[in-house]
Formats: sequence, structure tokens, C-alpha cells
Amino acid sequence: MPGKLKAKIVAGRHLPVMDRASDLTDAFVEVKFGNTTFKTDVFPKSLNPQWNSEWFKFEVDDEDLQDEPLQITVLDHDTYSANDAIGKVYIDIDPLLCTEAASVISGWFPIYDTIHGIRGEINVLVKVELFNDLNRFRQSSCGVKFFCTTSIPRGYRAAMVHGFLEELVVNEDPEYQWIDRIRTPRASNEARQRLISLMSGELQRKIGLKVLEMGGNAVVGYLQCFDLEGESGLVVRAIGTACTLEKLTSGSLASAHTHPNTAPASNACNSPSKDGKEPVFGEDLPSSSGPPTPFRALPTSSSSPPPFSPCKPCSRQSSSSDTDLSLTPKTGMGSGGSAGKEAGPLKTLLRQQTQTALEQREFPFFTLTSFPPGFLVHVGGVVSARSVKLLDRIHNPDEPETRDAWWEEIRQEIKSHAKALGCHAVVGYSENTSICEEVCILSASGTAAILNHRYMREGCLDIGSTDQRFEDPSPPSCGFCHIPYDELNMPFPAQLTYCYNCRRQKVPDVLFTTIDLPAEAAVTGKGCLIQARLCRLKKKAQGEVNATVISNLLPFMEYELHTQLMNKLKLRSMNALFGLHIQISVGENMLLGLASATGVYLTALPAPGGIQIAGKTTGDMSNEQHILTIQKRINDTIARNKELYQINPPELTEEGVGSPIPEPRHRSRLFRSHSESSDEVSELDLSHGKKDAFVLEIDDTDAVEDIHSLLTDASPPAGFHSCNTETMPGIYNWTTAVQMFTSVRVLRLSNANLSNQSLNKIFTDLCENLLKSFYFKLRSMVPCCLCHLNFNVAVPEEELIQVSVTAVAMTFDKDQTQERPAERFITKGGSETDEQLQFSLELCADSSSTNSQPSSRISGTVSLFTPAAKLCQSQLVVVHSTGVPENTIVSSRAASVDYGSFADRCSTWLELLRLKAHTIRRGSVKTISSLEHCSPLTEGRSRSVRSSRSFGGSPVTMVKMTPLSFLPGTRNIKYLGIINMFFIRETTSLREEGGVSGFLHSFIAEVFAMVRAHVAALGGNAVVSYSMKDCVLMENPNKNQAQCLINVSGDAVIYVRETDQEPTASMTNMGQSLCAADGAT
Amino acid sequence: MAVELDVFVGNTTIMDEEVYQLWLDGYTVNDAVKARMDAGVLEECEADADVLLSDTMDQYRTFQMCERLLQSPAKLANQLLFQITPHRQVMLIERYYAFDDTFVREVLGKKLSKGTKKDLDDISAKTGVTLKSCRRQFDNFKRVFKVVEELKGPLVENIRQHFLLSDKLARDYAAIVFFANNRFETGKKKLQYLTFQDFALCAGQLINNWTVGAVDNMVEDMDVDLDKEFLQELKELKILIADKDLLDQHKSLVCTALRGKTKAFAEMEANFKNLSRGLVNIATKLTNTKDVRDFFIDLVEKFIEPCRSDRWTAADIKLYLTHYTNSAHILDPFKHQAVWDRYMGVIKSCIFIMYHD
Repeated sequence: MPGKLKAKIVAGRHLPVMDRASDLTDAFVEVKFGNTTFKTDVFPKSLNPQWNSEWFKFEVDDEDLQDEPLQITVLDHDTYSANDAIGKVYIDIDPLLCTEAASVISGWFPIYDTIHGIRGEINVLVKVELFNDLNRFRQSSCGVKFFCTTSIPRGYRAAMVHGFLEELVVNEDPEYQWIDRIRTPRASNEARQRLISLMSGELQRKIGLKVLEMGGNAVVGYLQCFDLEGESGLVVRAIGTACTLEKLTSGSLASAHTHPNTAPASNACNSPSKDGKEPVFGEDLPSSSGPPTPFRALPTSSSSPPPFSPCKPCSRQSSSSDTDLSLTPKTGMGSGGSAGKEAGPLKTLLRQQTQTALEQREFPFFTLTSFPPGFLVHVGGVVSARSVKLLDRIHNPDEPETRDAWWEEIRQEIKSHAKALGCHAVVGYSENTSICEEVCILSASGTAAILNHRYMREGCLDIGSTDQRFEDPSPPSCGFCHIPYDELNMPFPAQLTYCYNCRRQKVPDVLFTTIDLPAEAAVTGKGCLIQARLCRLKKKAQGEVNATVISNLLPFMEYELHTQLMNKLKLRSMNALFGLHIQISVGENMLLGLASATGVYLTALPAPGGIQIAGKTTGDMSNEQHILTIQKRINDTIARNKELYQINPPELTEEGVGSPIPEPRHRSRLFRSHSESSDEVSELDLSHGKKDAFVLEIDDTDAVEDIHSLLTDASPPAGFHSCNTETMPGIYNWTTAVQMFTSVRVLRLSNANLSNQSLNKIFTDLCENLLKSFYFKLRSMVPCCLCHLNFNVAVPEEELIQVSVTAVAMTFDKDQTQERPAERFITKGGSETDEQLQFSLELCADSSSTNSQPSSRISGTVSLFTPAAKLCQSQLVVVHSTGVPENTIVSSRAASVDYGSFADRCSTWLELLRLKAHTIRRGSVKTISSLEHCSPLTEGRSRSVRSSRSFGGSPVTMVKMTPLSFLPGTRNIKYLGIINMFFIRETTSLREEGGVSGFLHSFIAEVFAMVRAHVAALGGNAVVSYSMKDCVLMENPNKNQAQCLINVSGDAVIYVRETDQEPTASMTNMGQSLCAADGAT
Repeated sequence: MAVELDVFVGNTTIMDEEVYQLWLDGYTVNDAVKARMDAGVLEECEADADVLLSDTMDQYRTFQMCERLLQSPAKLANQLLFQITPHRQVMLIERYYAFDDTFVREVLGKKLSKGTKKDLDDISAKTGVTLKSCRRQFDNFKRVFKVVEELKGPLVENIRQHFLLSDKLARDYAAIVFFANNRFETGKKKLQYLTFQDFALCAGQLINNWTVGAVDNMVEDMDVDLDKEFLQELKELKILIADKDLLDQHKSLVCTALRGKTKAFAEMEANFKNLSRGLVNIATKLTNTKDVRDFFIDLVEKFIEPCRSDRWTAADIKLYLTHYTNSAHILDPFKHQAVWDRYMGVIKSCIFIMYHD
């Protein structure tokens, strides 16, 4: 309902010269919201106009407030001809609609033009007055907070996690409308920017509505994407996780009255749970293999308050129907007891309880990647699904059923995969697309997991008393590694051993996940970035034929990528991957696959075996020789990596430790091709489990190439680490210096007929060289870690490969890297995480949501491509889940190392590293001293610094940006709102702008500048969880033209140094951030 | 396989000072890569030539984009495109406006016009400074000149404020502007032994003492031009050489004071009239723009060369000029003490600076 939007145009500066005769500009401003437009007076003949306008007031619906951006257009007045536009500013006023976020937008915004880029700045003030209680109105969802951050934002605790949110809106792309054949590209690009701004506003509003319906107040892990489907339209879609967040106030718990929905829940839940549950559970345990319904075991919960009550009646029914649908949980029940473990039946029971709760939801998905301690019980493995679709025109934008149906289908698949892994939820869930012409690959992936039932059943718990009781007794440092599925009825073949940490539960030999490494996980040594890269040529084709070709290729790519990941993981002597992200990108004549993840050695998992090379014919001497050399190289690499990553697992005096690398004669031959069919799952013979090592067979040149490429991956130079997760396991003492960067590289394949192999090499080199470049450029930050390395590949046109990377380099204090400063770590996290522990899931499920299940699913929807899609589905579970035993055989001691000497070498290596870093530093001594010389403190220069400020008006606030959810050494004291911006830039003078590199370089710099300006105007000093989701570049050098679209998002925050007690005034604060930034430069 | 596009953009703009210097020095990308390799940057960290090339290209692009801002440094502080820390901004500006003494020596006192700009390739060939760097330096001179020309107030301070330069650099620019404005001849062979710093010090003296701004620093056309009234008054000094009695009297006063204090006494006594005529003639002719231009060459020809041929030491010069100046005060009929001091103060300092043993 109504709200009043007020805007005031204060001044402009650095405007471009619009009148050549006078070298000046007669500027005025149009302020537009919805259909209302106001104008300022013309400020004649100035490049730094002072309009100081009145307050322009717009009286509008809050629905519009959410959808529409405030449009500010700066024009040059011309008496005789049409006024020339100088540029525009779009201001998203959403942050002002939320009481907890920003209260005013005030600051300098770059004036942006799609052709000329930034042309001066304009100072604007914006305020909003909302009139009435927001929650009553269903069309708007003002007040719902949005976070890109994929964890519970710092400073908040989750009173409830409601679940998965998805929404999409479609429209026709102005670029392809008939009118654009006659209007200029500039006009059509502006129309596009405006439209997308509107669409994402609408999308957010709709998502917000869903949150309100669920009873939440926030969206966490909000991920919004654009699909430029060309002729067939423009899709803006978003997913996220609905939560009820409460702000943590120091000392007191979040006030109950602000969240009437959740407060009674917690109260009612608390007391009965305390006295009632334990005995009940104790009795129930033995009989729990029967078909339990969750609430029978828990009589007290019948008094459950509002949020839970609706789902109670139906939960019973569906729990039984559920067992009909899926195989694993059912069998899991029976065998839980037979495992003979004390925790077995309990676990099964818990699983079923939470399962039923979660399965009420259409999609038990969570876009979060890190969780409060204890939330994640077990992790099954990665589940992913892809589907190839042919785009058709969206006929009715108001009812985008097709796209909805497509995603629905994929999500169903994911859900069933998770179920097959014995998991009831999917965490770290994400979706993306790759479009080429009319073919579109939809992908979704996540990590199958079991979440703590405690969080599902109760609203707010008093952790202290209930913590231990219902959990299975596995310690937090290894519990999540324990298999969620049943040992005797595994959904896929895997090699199980007893957990190396607690020795009580089974763990897989390898664990792949899409989430961040849980903070409490026990890790040996350090982690590193592991990438699998793959190119596959395909014939050019049209329409359905093309789609078929692609869907036929997909499974092979998935398999290849997986094999590469596995090999590289073993080569680094690690046993788990976190943050796995697999991207498959389609072009006209090739498919690109890039899998990135952070490899670590989980202490709980068995040590990976070595890699064994097998030859084709054992008789051939020269061949044998060749194999031996390769084998030696591999063994050397493994040994080197162990040192490099300090992988030094504790000795185990244990049964079945092992047979080292086997005698050549007894090598088992394995064929990769047979490993992936799901049919074989049941045939797996676990008895011959202790095969010795991971065997690679050299049977053709391809295999040789594969092995070579395996060995070409360079490890980061001394002083550097890299990962694609939030932080690096093994490094805890970050300093505050951060440097976020974006890098884009495009390679033109000059040679038209390349083979798959050479193409692979080119692609691999491209990625490796990018990394090398980063290390070189950031060498002054050593010791440092590149975190959240996010690679994005695309095939913008035939023979072009584009890789764009966004990451942050963070320095750390190297002297303490050895020991994990446990006490500090705990105290640091303590205040927040303790409260975050009180985390709960809403049981509330839609009783009408009938989970129509797999068998029928595919037939109707997928039409032509069903077989291929199905092939993918069935294999995907296998491909990404926790192990592929045909190839993977655990031998805890395959490439055994003498640990005594290892420690020595380790320390000398560290010494070397230290020395090296020192010399590197010394190399830049000159610059350091000169910096000191002119630092504002020294007398001589200080005056000039000061005068520069006084001269140019207020200095620009330093705004830090990071793809992580936090800035090291700081606290986010306030979240100001989401930043979600979309820009298009075009040029018709490509050469003059320094070619396509010059063009993109300045565009990216401009995008950063605009993000920073918006954050600063909201009163913030940093962007966290920043990401560049799209960077679509089109060029035509012959016509001297290029065009680029960039979409970025993040959370605007105010941070303070951890040492500071209260929000510092902007000046001191800035001073600090400057110092920190200096370190980073 | 060609790299079609390759960019790296940091939130805080990454700038390597060494590369910046190479860029300022007008190295091409390839030359810069070579120079960096020679400097051993590759050994410092494990990298190869491609990485270096890519990095250098990136940095060059960044600098090119920054150049527009560096040309009006005040904008650098409140622009939004590049996030650069303030003290790094200071470094960028300071280096951008730094110049080669050999280059500036060539254009000092020349009109900062298109004509001079055309000669830059010759200067480049002669000095070994790349043409690109010459152009940057020349354009800097011109830009500073253009801005301060129209400003009131003290020259050095104006330059410092508008271009955010250090005190030292601002003084040098003031000298360059001052020389360019008055078109002092500095290129003659006889002046070749003088460095830019010599001239800059002299310019400082002239600016501080002989301009309008030296007397009243809020006057319209301040520091750039010499004080016309003062130049007019200098004509009055003619009496010191025109009046024979006065000249003799002056000589005897100086000689009395000097006797026994220097080895060069004989030469001083012998040359007194010549030297005095030289200095006073310079003073009286300064109303002529042409003679202003020849100010330094005149000083060399009329005073420094004769002294040098007589092997005066710097101390001799100092002694002589001190007594020469002071003795004039005792001369009864000489009424222009103030003008004389204002004139001789500068002459004395300039000669000290310009007299190299």
C-alpha cells in the first residue's frame, strides 16, 4: 500500500563537456519513478552543477516500490535541438523498505551511459516513508531481508529455517523486439537495463511474498540469474532459503515479540522437550526398526505450537507413503539394527523423523553452504542433474509454465537422487544454465545430507541441556563424514571403513560435496584448489539433432571430469572435495566442462591409495620402462604434495593397513568404461575390497595424455594457497588485507580442426596460466591465500573460449600457521555461533504437495530427449557420490612415507618458504619505504594529502569487496541490503578504446565503481558475498564494435574491526580500511 | 591460439611501481617486459614471460585509463572509477609530474608552444629520453603553465594546491613556468654548464624578490611576471657607473674592505670598474623584454666569465659581492638603497648559484 518516496538532487561533478563551443554543459536532471517524472532546473554552463533541488515526492504503492528502480537521467539542455542524455543512474530502493537496513540513500553515484561508460557523478538523497503495517498486504513483501550470503549472516541467528524458495519471471528481450530493428542499439540496451531492473525487483517481491507465506522474514543464499534466451525471451530466476532471522543483541536473546510466529513455538517447545524426551527415546530405541512416525516417538510434541501443527496430521500418512516411493530408506530401516552399532537404529530413527518432516516440503533444498555447528548430521555426496532443452518462444510472459516445469523436473530428479543416498535433504544447492542458440542446458547440483532432527522438531532449543541427548554419539569433527545410507544396501558402490576419528561408524573412502568445509571438521594439513577441465568437440547441428548430440555427450563429460577430479585428488594425497562446482558450457562446436573444488584430507576418512600405472602389454620392455618412469613421476609428485600440503596423518596401529603398491604382475586391470552404469550397483562385490591402489591403465595415447595432463598441474608457488571455498582449512590467522579481483580471458582457437586432446591441453593451459597470473600479480601479498576462486567458462562464439574468474586474495600471518589457535577460534565464533545453534527447521509442509515420483516423471515432460536425460540421471548419482570402487581401493599406506623424516623435511621446507617470502618482501623494500615516506603522518606530504581533500570536497569512502561472507578480522555490524545490479556496455569504437581488452577492462572497473558507490550511499563500507554471475561479451572487431553484459550481486554491510567496540565514525573507520587496503595493493 | 582478451581488475587498483616508472619512461610494452625480465622479476617468483607480458599489458592499460585523471590530479581524489589509497595517489601524481633534468634543461625558457613540441623528437634524440616521455613532460609543463597563468596568489602554492605536488616539485614547476613566461635564454653555449637545478634556484630568487607577488601576494598577475615598477626604478642605479666620482668612491670603499682578505685582490681592484659597469648595466636594461631574456647570459658574460678567468674562488665572489653591495650604502649621493638591495640580493644569490669553481 502507499508509501512516499522522496528524492533530492543535490549536485553533479566531473560532467562531460557537452557543448564544444563553450567547453561546458547546461545540465538538468529528470527523476522518474513509475510513470511520474520530475525535472530540476537547468544549471547553465558548468561541469560541476549545484542543483540543490527541492524534494521530489512520489506517492506510490509499495508493490511498485519493490519492483521499480528510481531512474535518474542527467541531460544537457539544448534550446534548439533535442536535449542530449549524459547518462543515467538506477537506484534500487529496496534497502530502504526494510527497517533494519539503510534508512537513507545519500551519496555520489556514477552517471552511467551504455556507450560512454561513466560520465561524471551525481549526488542524490533518497528517503522512503511507509505508511502502514506491511504484513497485511499480499502483493508486496516489503521488509523481507535478502542476503546473498550462503550462511546465516553474522550477527543474526536463525530462529527457523523454512526451506527452499524459487521463482522466475520471463519477458521478451527488448533486443529482439521488432522495434529494435529500427531503434538504436543504445536505446534498446537502455530498455534492456530498465527491464531487467524491473524484472529483478518483481522477482524479489514475489520471492518475498513466498517467504511471508511461509512465515519467515528473510531470504538467505539468494541466488538470482538471468537467462538471455535470445529470440525466445529473457528469464530472470532466483532461488534461496527462507528463514526467520533474529538479530543478535548483545546479552539478550532476540526479542520475542518481534516474531510472533516463532516465539510461542520456542516457548512451548522448550519445556516439554526437556523433561519428556529422553526416557521416551530410551524405550523406543530397540523397537525403532518398525515403521515409526515421527511424533509417536515424541508424545510431548503434540502440544506443538502453530508452526508445526498444520503438518502433523499429514506427516503420519506421508511417512508411510514415503517408504513406498523410495527404496533406500526402507531397507535402511531394517538394516539399521543389523549393523549392530549402538547408534545404528537411533540414526535410522532420527533420519526417518527428519525425513518425513522434510519430505512434506516439495523440495527439501537449502542454498546454504555452511551451517551452525551440529546442524549437518551426515553428508551423502554430491547429487546433480542436467537436462538439455530446446528453447521456444515464451508466448505468455505472465505464465511461464514451461520454464517452471523444466526446473521442477530437475529438482525432482535431485530430490530422488538424494533419497537414493539415504538423505532427506539437499544442501549447498545451486542451479545454472548454459545457452547456445536454441539449446539450453539446465543444471542443478547440491549435496545430499541428513540434517539434525532436533532443528526440525523444535523451534528454539536450549542447547545446553539437549545437545547430547538425541544426537548420535559421533563427535562433531567427523560425524558429518559418516555414511547416511545403509551399509549393506548402498545406493552405489563405495568402499567403507570405520571412521578414522571415532572408530565407531563407517565412512566412505572419498567424500565429494558442494558445501563449505564445516568449521568443526578435523582436517589434516592444508587444502588446495583442484580442477578438472575438459573440452569435447561436437558437430555443429540445429535444433533437436543438436540437443540430442549434446545430451549424448553429457554423461561422458561428467564421467571424465569425475575421473580427473579423482585422479588429482589422489595425486595430492587427499580424500575429500568441498565446494565442488561443475560447469558445463555449450558452444556451437564444442562443450566445455570445468569442475572446481577444494581438496582436503579429512582425518576421519582413510588415507587415499597411490596411483598405479598399468601398461597394455606386460612383455614389451620399452613400454615397461616408460611406465616405470611415469610411475616414478607420479609417486614423486604424491610425496611432494604430501609435504607441500602438510598431509601428515597420525599413525594408525590398525588392522588391514596396508599392502603397498602391488607387484606389477598382480595389477588389476580396470576399465573405466564399465564403472558408471547404475545396473552394476547391486553386483558389486565388496569382498574384494582391499584392492591395492588406484590404477590407471595406459592402453592408448589418450591415456598417456591424460596422465601427462594430470602431472602438468603446477602447485601454487611458495607462500600461496588457493581454494574455492570460503576459507582454507589449516589457515586461521588472517590479517585484514584483502584484494578482490575479477579476471577474464578469451582465447581464440585459430586452428579449425583440433582434436579433443589438443583442445583439452589448450583449455587446461588457459586455466593454469590464469592461476599463474594471479600468483604473479598478487606476489606482494605473500603469504596469502586465494579464496573463493570462482571460475566461469563460456563459449561466446565458435572458436572462442572465455574464462572469467572472481576471487579474493587474503593475507595471513604466517608465523602461526602451524597451530590452530583453538582458544581464539572458539572465543571468536563463540558469541555468535552459540546462538546460531538454536537453529530450527520448520516442519510446516504443504499437505497438498503430493510427491509425484520418479517413474512417471520423465515420460510426460521431457519429450524427445528423455533417454539421454535419463541416462544422465541414473548415472549422476554414481558419478558424484562418495566413491567409485572399481577404481578406488583403499590402502591406507599405498605410497607410504617415513613420517619421522617427513617432519624434518617439512620444517626445512617451511624455513625455505619463510626465507623466500622474506626475499620477495625485500624486493619491494623500495616501495615500502617510499610509502612510508609519503604516508599522511609524515610532515612534508601530509599537507598535500590534506589539501587534496579540501580541494576536491569529501574524499571517496573506501569500500572493500569480497566474495566471502565476511572480512577477516572484522565484524559485520549491519547488513544494509542486497546489491543486485545489471549493466550493459556497448561501443562502436572498439579500437579507440584499446581493443576488446581495453573495453572490458574499463567496463569491469566501472561496474566495481558503481557497486562501491551504491554501497557507500547506503552508508556501508564493504560488500560481502560478492559475485559476478554473468559476463557476456560479444564482439565484432571487423565492425569495430563490442557489447558486454555484466550482472553482479552481493550484500552491502558496515563492518568494524574486531578490536573496535562500536561502529566507528566514518573517518577513523576509513582510515583503517585504507591501511588495510594499502597492505593489499 | 591467440589470446583475444586478457584483463585483470582489482577492487583496489593494483599498480606496480616499477611498471609505472617504465610506463612513464615511455617504454613500449615489449621493452617493459624485457626490462622487467632483466631486473629479475621472474626469479623473484615462479613465473614465465607470458605471465609477465599479460601483467604488463594490464598495468599499462590501467595507467592509460588513469592518465586522464592524473592530468587533473584533484579529480583523482574524488573520482570513483579506481579505488586507490590516498598515499598511493600521492605517489602516482608525484611520479607523473616528475621530469628528467636533462629534458627540462632543453626546453627551459622556451615558449611552451606547438612549435617547441614539434622539436621534441630532436630533444628526445639528444637527451635519450623517449619521445613519449618527452611529450608527457612537455604537456605537464604546458598544463601547469596554463592553469597557474590565470590564478592569483603565490605561484608555488598555487601549483601545489592544483596539482597536489610536493613542495620541491611545486618549486621546480614554478621555475619552469617562470622561465617559460619570461622566455629566459638558457640554451646558449656559454650557459650549457648550468644545470636545471641552478636555474630553478635562481628562478626561486627572482620569484621571491623581483615579482609583484613578492611585494603584495594578492595582486592580479602575481608571481609570473617581474615587477614592472621595480624594473623601471632600476634605471636609477645608472648613477653608480655614470657618475665618475661615485664609481671611484665605491671602488675605494670596496678595495679598502677587501685588502688583505683575498689572494685575488689585485684582480678585483683591476676589474672593479668593468664588473660594476656590467652589473649596473644589466639592471638598467631590464625594462627591455629582450634584455630580460638575456639576463643569465649577461650575468655570465659580464661577471662570471671575467671572474673565472681570474680564478676567483667562490669565497672570493662572496666576499667581493658582499662588500660591493654594502659599500653602496655608504655612498652619500646614492639614494636608491632599497632598490639596490632588492636588486643586488638576487644578483648575489644568482651569481653564487651560477658560479661553479
